[in-house]
Amino acid sequence: MSSGTAAPSQATSTSSISVTVDGSRYTDTVESRTLLVHYLRETIGKVGTVIGCDTSNCGSCTVLLGTADDPGHSVKSCSVLAVQADGANVTTVEGLAGPDGSLHAVQRAFHELHGLQCGFCTPGMIISAVDLLRDNPDPTDDEIRDGLSGNLCRCTGYQNIVRAVRAAGAELRAQVTEVRR
Amino acid sequence: MIPVAFDYLRASSVDEAVAALAGAGEDAKILAGGQSLLPVLRLRLSAPSLLVDLGGVPELRGVREEGDSLVIGAMTTHDEVSTSPLVRQFAPLLATMAATIGDRQVRHRGTLGGSLSHADPAADMPAAAAAVEARYVLAGPNGRRVVPASDFAVDLFTTALGDDEVLVEVQVPKLEGWGSHYEKFHRMVQAWAIVGVAAMVRRDDGAIASARVTLTNMGPTALRATALEQALAGCAADRAAIEQACAVAAEGTSPRDDLTASAEYRRHLVQVLAGRAVAAAAGV
Repeated sequence: MSSGTAAPSQATSTSSISVTVDGSRYTDTVESRTLLVHYLRETIGKVGTVIGCDTSNCGSCTVLLGTADDPGHSVKSCSVLAVQADGANVTTVEGLAGPDGSLHAVQRAFHELHGLQCGFCTPGMIISAVDLLRDNPDPTDDEIRDGLSGNLCRCTGYQNIVRAVRAAGAELRAQVTEVRR
Repeated sequence: MIPVAFDYLRASSVDEAVAALAGAGEDAKILAGGQSLLPVLRLRLSAPSLLVDLGGVPELRGVREEGDSLVIGAMTTHDEVSTSPLVRQFAPLLATMAATIGDRQVRHRGTLGGSLSHADPAADMPAAAAAVEARYVLAGPNGRRVVPASDFAVDLFTTALGDDEVLVEVQVPKLEGWGSHYEKFHRMVQAWAIVGVAAMVRRDDGAIASARVTLTNMGPTALRATALEQALAGCAADRAAIEQACAVAAEGTSPRDDLTASAEYRRHLVQVLAGRAVAAAAGV
């Protein structure tokens, strides 16, 4: 019953997908039911992206889902099928640092301002902060809290996370000014 | 948590999606943004044999003007609805409401059509779409038909969509000169609204000339608060008069008792939220 005779394309229980993750292209056969986060962690070994809740609440599995031309936007990779990412570009926390290993401004700010304690929420927090600062380079504290409301932290009380995002925003704005000069 | 195995088809056109549904019967599900469906599949509360993904149908995404209406594609995300200049100008209620759905990640994936078709009584989109008197365009094997918002959701998680039909776009009559607001109460951003109220108000100087009020999670579908709308017509546009009128906000509703709130609590809450929503829409 799974493939209607009238349908020109064939419905399948496995698919070959091609995804660019953190700048490298991967081609794999996946089951239709495979979640993007399981593909990232188990098939291609991107274990920097973690699974916190498995219920779409916590945001630890947040990645950027975009195209070759556009880094796209934050999504919860537990709520996207791997097959839906076919042809897409995915950025995980492992793809933020420069080629020489220099940390992204958001990563550096979380490190320097102690925006974490146990660290489990951090990969998702950092990706969400990167996405937020792209849309809103100079957010107020309230806008930061609202922008990160899809990411739960059970350690910090969020204070240092908000400070880190504010500092990273300032640094990213300074970098833009520097480039324009 | 891993869903039960299913077949997957990435449709490249509406016709292809409809044909696949027609061939598969009631065991098939449409996959839009997946922000309601994938959690349900992961929990194995549903086990469809086929998912037909609309993500590869570009014409289903975006907002355009068509005469006196805006036409919003069913695959337009909540984020796109909330930031669209056209929606902000001609249907600001939809934009302000969409910005309150879930969190950023959910709004980047979740879609207008997906939310409406899922017909969750606690979802925000159906009430707002009813308040703007949207019309839904459904595509099926025999062509397209248009269903008004008031006739689309028929019961809990149940709509007028046939097994072989797809919601393809939503027509929203352009409205100017109305104030609007969406007010909801929930415990955290990812939680459903315990109660939500969408209000649209057209003022005539110091009085409310006309009002539309719709309710989230006060019955099996989004409801129109007709008693309140009548009480507000001609009501003075001040807080005390509006709050007094909102005493009838729960008339004709049938809220549930559940883990988050009792029906009695919801009947009280809807009066408070209606007062806030109508006052904000009236600009007082």
